[in-house]
Amino acid sequence: MSILVNAQTTFIVQGITGREAVNLTRECLDYGAGAKIVGGVTPGRAGREVHGVPVFDTVAQAVAHHGGPIDGSVVTVPPAFTKDAVFEAIVNGIKLIVIVTERIPRRDVAQMVELANMHDARIIGPNCLGIIVPDVIKMGGIGGPAKDAAKAYSPGSIGVISRSGGMTTEMSSTLTAAGIGQSTAVSIGGDAIIGSSYAELMPLFEADQQTEGIVIYSEPGGRMEAQLAEWVAENNSRLPIVAFMAGRFMDEMPGMSFGHAGTIVEGKEDTATEKIARLAEAGITVAEEISEIPALIQAKIDERTA
Amino acid sequence: MRFYEYEAREIVRRAGIPVTEFGFATTPDEARAAAERIEGPTVIKSQVLSGGRMKAGGVQFADTPQEAAAHTVDVLKIEIGGQMPRGVLVDPKADVEQEYYAGVVWDGTAKQPVIIFSPIGGIDIEQVAADQPDKVGRRHISNLLPLTGFEAKEVIASTGVSGSELNKLTPIVTRLAQLFIDNDMTLAEINPIGRLRDGSFVALDAHMEMENEARGRHKKLLADLGVGEEETREAREPTPFELAGEAVDAEDHRGVAGNVTEFDGNLGLVIGAGGGSLTLFDAVRAHGGKPANYCEIGGNPSVSKTCGLAKLVLQKPGVDKIAVMMSIVSNTRVDIVARGVIKACLELDMDPAEKIAIFRIPGAWEEQGFKILDAYGVEYADRSVSMHEAAKRAVDKIGSGG
Repeated sequence: MSILVNAQTTFIVQGITGREAVNLTRECLDYGAGAKIVGGVTPGRAGREVHGVPVFDTVAQAVAHHGGPIDGSVVTVPPAFTKDAVFEAIVNGIKLIVIVTERIPRRDVAQMVELANMHDARIIGPNCLGIIVPDVIKMGGIGGPAKDAAKAYSPGSIGVISRSGGMTTEMSSTLTAAGIGQSTAVSIGGDAIIGSSYAELMPLFEADQQTEGIVIYSEPGGRMEAQLAEWVAENNSRLPIVAFMAGRFMDEMPGMSFGHAGTIVEGKEDTATEKIARLAEAGITVAEEISEIPALIQAKIDERTA
Repeated sequence: MRFYEYEAREIVRRAGIPVTEFGFATTPDEARAAAERIEGPTVIKSQVLSGGRMKAGGVQFADTPQEAAAHTVDVLKIEIGGQMPRGVLVDPKADVEQEYYAGVVWDGTAKQPVIIFSPIGGIDIEQVAADQPDKVGRRHISNLLPLTGFEAKEVIASTGVSGSELNKLTPIVTRLAQLFIDNDMTLAEINPIGRLRDGSFVALDAHMEMENEARGRHKKLLADLGVGEEETREAREPTPFELAGEAVDAEDHRGVAGNVTEFDGNLGLVIGAGGGSLTLFDAVRAHGGKPANYCEIGGNPSVSKTCGLAKLVLQKPGVDKIAVMMSIVSNTRVDIVARGVIKACLELDMDPAEKIAIFRIPGAWEEQGFKILDAYGVEYADRSVSMHEAAKRAVDKIGSGG
């Protein structure tokens, strides 16, 4: 099994006629069993096709054409139009929204999340590359072209959650090279406010029988790692977790942001040092190097099954 | 982006919150004129983007306009938190009976703004929260429902404040929350709000920060306040090297080859993407290396932009070699980065094989990229060499003098 998506998942691409979106559509259609992309939306471009995918002016038209509810949407429209696109998707019954767009003000993101919560919808991102179930489906640019994604990702038992899109692939590739596959890998986005944090995805992995362990990539800034540590402590999770913490140098440079918008260190609680301590307290192993991750997670899984 | 206090107070005033008749001065003469207008004792406050002004001597009290001018001379000379003041704020010395705290910040976990209020103001709110937690009220506010006033009332009342105090503070805190929303602030704080002897309330200091991503939506306010588009208001001002990096990145709109931050080491870094750069910078330092810079490549930048960034780093005084490293790329093309960094070496009459300590970028178009690197004798690595191992090789080469 997997979380969030599977071979049957249908989705649309909002902003499908943009250069990046055209590539992303090709990649998703080519990967695994081939994603069921049932439409694209770009206002004013109805009637066109992108790699055989019909383009509509509105989400409602795409839903009508499909003849039933559509599971998901990948949103790749410019920052000023993202809130409108996401509201449109939610109101038209879409339950899983992957927002690729970067540089969206956090108030807009918070509004999208609040509306999503009211409609039992889930947002992944923004500023993310999406979701991949190795050899089955990818929803978003994660892993790149199908042949590249196939090289980095392999099916297996590890859930991957990462604040960096590129590092999702780097860590998964490292696991793959060590013979350890992934159940689902999720690029959750690098912004200060995102639709789904580690702790919010953990219950899904917890319920997924295929998943036996979790690997996360984390950064300074925010409380997301502290929230995960609290979740682990409160829920007696069956899943061992190995974390990698990048950006340790930033502790010496408060008030500066590197890498992602969400990384700025604003207090004591959000430094790399403090996060490492909190994760460790919750029994989460923090790897010093990416290359250590496969052996660390395997050892923790073996320990639990012994 | 952080505002100076005099700007923050103007934002507060525009939101309909009472403020004192403060003045902003950049010279002693202007300060004297402001104090004359105020007609009474004044407080001279250094305008820097930093806390700790009182301790540093950046806040002085004056009884006369002459004294105000004299203090301004002194205050303008004092560096605080690495910054020279932009000017001074000349404030009437208020007759305060009680000080309160009000602030609004984002809660990234709840994904909503949170209003914070305390009847104990004028000191650090974290300190109050630690010592007297029952004196700090907190309440989240909806991102979708309009603010109507009961939200602020609930927060204030939860700290034990009642009577006319409650009724006078409620609109002030509501307006503060509204300005936080309307101006895409990440922090909006009035500390303290003062209750004066005559029973009126007035904002006596303000701290505002606006989200950088939202600056484009508030052009009018920023223009009114005289905040230039080039003002980054980061923790420190950009260096000429960093500004040159921004110029390279602005060359065209394809991808990113920038976000340059200057350090004083000897190993130049051409690294990417967001998370990869953080990981690689740490990796270089973990192996004892001294980075000359931080930067980010991503989103498939053009050859010319990559070349521009590599040239900038190669020419930085003290740089012996560069390391070109990224996490596995799926969008950025390996061959384009390879072309860019080799072109940079050649245009500077440098030998790529000697100057590029290591090239570790696996992923899209890697075969084509590695072919180019082979032709110039540059050492490269694919995904079988970890990011940390690649960083180590680069550091080792610098150490052995190449």
